[in-house]
Amino acid sequence: MSAILETRGLSAAYGPTQVLQSIDLAVEQGGIATLLGANGAGKTTTLRALCNMMVRLSGEVRFDGERIDGKATEDIVRRGIGHVPEGRGTFVSLSVEENLRLGAHTRRDKQVARDFERVYGYFPRLKERRNQQAGTLSGGEQQMLAISRALMLRPKLLLLDEPSFGLAPLVVQEIFHILRTINQQEGVSMLLVEQNANIALALAGRAYLLETGRIIMHGPSAVIGSDESVRRAYLGY
Amino acid sequence: MQAFLHQMLSGFATGGIYASIALALVMIYQTTHHVNFAQGEMATFSTYLAWQMIELGLPYWLAFLLTLLFAFILGAAIERIIVRPFYKAPVLSVVAVFIGLLLIINSLSGALFTYTIKPFASPFPSDAWYGSAYLSAHEVGMIFVTLVVLALVFAFFRYTPLGLAMRAVAENPVSSRLVGVRVGWMLALGWGLAGLIGAVAGTMTAPVVYLDPNMMFGVLLYGFAGALLGGIDNAWGAVLGGFIVGILQNLAGAYVVGTELMVTVALGIIVGILVIKPSGLFGRTIVTRV
Repeated sequence: MSAILETRGLSAAYGPTQVLQSIDLAVEQGGIATLLGANGAGKTTTLRALCNMMVRLSGEVRFDGERIDGKATEDIVRRGIGHVPEGRGTFVSLSVEENLRLGAHTRRDKQVARDFERVYGYFPRLKERRNQQAGTLSGGEQQMLAISRALMLRPKLLLLDEPSFGLAPLVVQEIFHILRTINQQEGVSMLLVEQNANIALALAGRAYLLETGRIIMHGPSAVIGSDESVRRAYLGY
Repeated sequence: MQAFLHQMLSGFATGGIYASIALALVMIYQTTHHVNFAQGEMATFSTYLAWQMIELGLPYWLAFLLTLLFAFILGAAIERIIVRPFYKAPVLSVVAVFIGLLLIINSLSGALFTYTIKPFASPFPSDAWYGSAYLSAHEVGMIFVTLVVLALVFAFFRYTPLGLAMRAVAENPVSSRLVGVRVGWMLALGWGLAGLIGAVAGTMTAPVVYLDPNMMFGVLLYGFAGALLGGIDNAWGAVLGGFIVGILQNLAGAYVVGTELMVTVALGIIVGILVIKPSGLFGRTIVTRV
């Protein structure tokens, strides 16, 4: 299988502070990869670097066979990368429906109306609340909205920044179940950043372990998950 | 009583002008947190162009529409060329840029069209409105035009995809990028619209105050007072604030401080709001969920 996303020697810095050192990673077409690591390891920075957002980067990023490093964030998004950012990034003063309409901002096709029903199908609670201000939603609902908004783009690849953050275990299960469905039914590839290694390894086929800006280990999730030192450091048993 | 009503209504008419300027200020403030001090001068310059076109023999409404188009382009161009390089600059540098812009455009109006005060035609009849004791026909027309423009602007923001994208940029530019909105163009568009609204205010107010390079100075001050009164981050509030300031100013001028001290009313409102309720009457105090 070919990779939909591939980086070579990707480095990133905030001003003078180097955060990522020469990252090589790949997400298979239709696959799910996860990027694990402690706080401050550079997980969020990696996703930002992929979208050329808020960081200065060097190295190579290929999406769908084409170089996208150095392109503007808006143009990267338009190629089909849906980014669900850290802290969800919903437009809190706008309604749920307006958030979704913005998700489809770049699209000119006639399928948008159908896609509203598609995401409401995944997250029926959003449909009930479609006229509500996004800021009044619960944390879990906001995360659902953030994912739905990215889906409205009809992305080929979803970048998910800690979708489990701050949510109750049941809600996390629900969201991850739906992510799996989206991946299987629509073939959307995903790169998942998580601190919750257990649930991430269960969803992803491939895992990368990030420590202070470097990838120190990678391989199939099953292998990484059974590694003695990983288990002790990240899985807690 | 009749005099009081007259003052109220003509305050409402000038209030429309202040409301327009307040809205233009708020539109730029919402997206970039800058107060565009040159807003008034941009409007004056556009009004001069309208004057020039009318002098050249163009029909009034054609000249009016061309002026709006020009003001839109001027606003967008100023954003793209002059303001954009300063987005990451310290706030005082930005203030300096805007004051510089104010002086440059002001002098440009003077240099191109001289400082001689010029009468500016009103498209409306010059007599009282159907013999009304309360309003002149120009004031009625002015109210009508500003209300139509304000309604169009609100409809644009409320019902069009572009308006939605601009609201998104005002709230969260980072997320806007992530849904593919071209944030830079939206900022330019915001400046263009602000310029256009300012030009409406300029052409509507010029027949009353006469055309000279400093014509909008007072208007900007009152508009700013209106924007602060309503809440500088709230478009509806700013428009309402503009109308309130217009009425207050007229009533105070007629019954309290006299016409010479009218500007102090605006300054009093600005200082009072900043001391007592900096977020304005309808502004929101920002509360974030953590």
